[in-house]
Amino acid sequence: MSSERPTANRQTPRLSVNDLTVRFGGLTAVDAVSFEVGHGEVVALIGPNGAGKTTVFNAVCALVRGEGEILLDGAPAPRRTAQLAGRRVARTLQGLGLFAGLSVRENVAVPVAREADAATRVAQQLERLDLAVVADRPVAALAYPDRKRVALARALVTDPRLLLLDEPAGGLGVDDIDGLAETVRVVAEGGCSVLLVEHHVDFVMGVADRIVVLDFGKVIASGTPAEIQGDPRVEEAYLGVQVAS
Amino acid sequence: MDHLLFLIATGLARGAIFALFALSLVLIWRAARIINFAQGAMALVATYAAFAVTGMTGSYWAGLGAGILAGAAIGLGVERGLMRFTRDSHPLAGIIVAIGLVMVLQALLGIFFGQQHRPMHTPFSDSPLTVGGVPLLSPYDIFVLVVALAVMGGLALLFNRTSMGLQLRASAFSPEVSRVLGVRVSLMVTVGWMLSAAVAALAAMLLVPTELGLNPHSTDVLFVYAFTVAVVGGLDSPVGALLGGLVVGVAMTLVTGYLGATFAPIGVLVLLVVVLLVKPGGIFSMREARSA
Repeated sequence: MSSERPTANRQTPRLSVNDLTVRFGGLTAVDAVSFEVGHGEVVALIGPNGAGKTTVFNAVCALVRGEGEILLDGAPAPRRTAQLAGRRVARTLQGLGLFAGLSVRENVAVPVAREADAATRVAQQLERLDLAVVADRPVAALAYPDRKRVALARALVTDPRLLLLDEPAGGLGVDDIDGLAETVRVVAEGGCSVLLVEHHVDFVMGVADRIVVLDFGKVIASGTPAEIQGDPRVEEAYLGVQVAS
Repeated sequence: MDHLLFLIATGLARGAIFALFALSLVLIWRAARIINFAQGAMALVATYAAFAVTGMTGSYWAGLGAGILAGAAIGLGVERGLMRFTRDSHPLAGIIVAIGLVMVLQALLGIFFGQQHRPMHTPFSDSPLTVGGVPLLSPYDIFVLVVALAVMGGLALLFNRTSMGLQLRASAFSPEVSRVLGVRVSLMVTVGWMLSAAVAALAAMLLVPTELGLNPHSTDVLFVYAFTVAVVGGLDSPVGALLGGLVVGVAMTLVTGYLGATFAPIGVLVLLVVVLLVKPGGIFSMREARSA
């Protein structure tokens, strides 16, 4: 299963991670991890806390350096974070990372501030994510689920080819998670590839085309949600822990 | 009563200069999280440039423009040549470099221009206009107030109505997140330094003609007052700089007018100590709300 490649498209994968290894001093946080994300595909990275999911994310975003190869549309990924936007890669952050002193509209506008059509693009995303009515309120005044939608709008406003979502369902209620899943599916159907890190198993099973399971920095399983659900290694390393807790 | 009105009016003009200089400290703090102790010395170099250009051309306005440009260029040079290398170091590194820069700049100015006070002329009369028999602001005071308000309004427009301003604010709130979003944070920091140094240069050029004249220590007291204003208002808060500047300007002038000039610096420092004890972040501080 771990050698599976996406079959949904016949093009160069949007993202290829090949033999990625990241070490922090003597600790190997990510150990020879390989996976791909195809065009319009939703891939979820799951695993217990400390499995290396966010480190993989950060390596893709050039926030940490590792050994191995990371390719975007077949070409080496940028080694500077600021260049990712130019390659149409957008991400949300686990801690949201919204600018508290700015309004909702301004927060969403930051990634496209230099674009001539910024106002139009921002308005479209605010409308799409039901944020238009709070557009001019300070983002700090919003409830947490609304802030998560602002973070998503800020990523989507760049019209990314690859969207990285770091725990998008964390802290959300059932209705908000359903809405999020619908948005992710629509985004992927539009051709954007999505790589997400998530603990919420139901959300992952419902939205992902493929799942890559990490444990202690290594890929222990990879496949469709149905395949992953029946994998005893996953149950032992991750799902079993969830059920038990 | 006439004396009180005169002191308040004069204090507002003086306070506008403090507010401008304090705003320049706020700009650097927001852009680079550094209290730039070299701001006064950098502004002084720009003021000497203005003095030289005015001397060569005979035009106050040419000198003023040159001084502002020199200020921006000095900001660029200091950020790119010095402060950039302290960014990832201990927070004290930037402060120590700034203090060293003060010594170097003031020594160089002393070597090249001497320690004597050189008179700088104002473009308008500095004699108070009389309204209803009460002496109030001079034409130069009015000029200072108009320039200060215009600069503050211009900066407010820049920060709130332009894409550059949005990127500057985002970079100030969270450089790490801004970088992830594709903002050229390094460039924004440089722009912040240039803007800040230009505003500081303008404030110095407005103040020095009303003082004893230009010498290598002309901006020492201005820096102390403006630093107090920035701390009292909150290093994160442009509004705090504006209001703090006006309050300190009026208070200092009242103390000078009623108690004597020697009491003014003491009063300002007492205010600084009280605010640091009661509200260390400053009255208008936004420190607690940088990310959501």
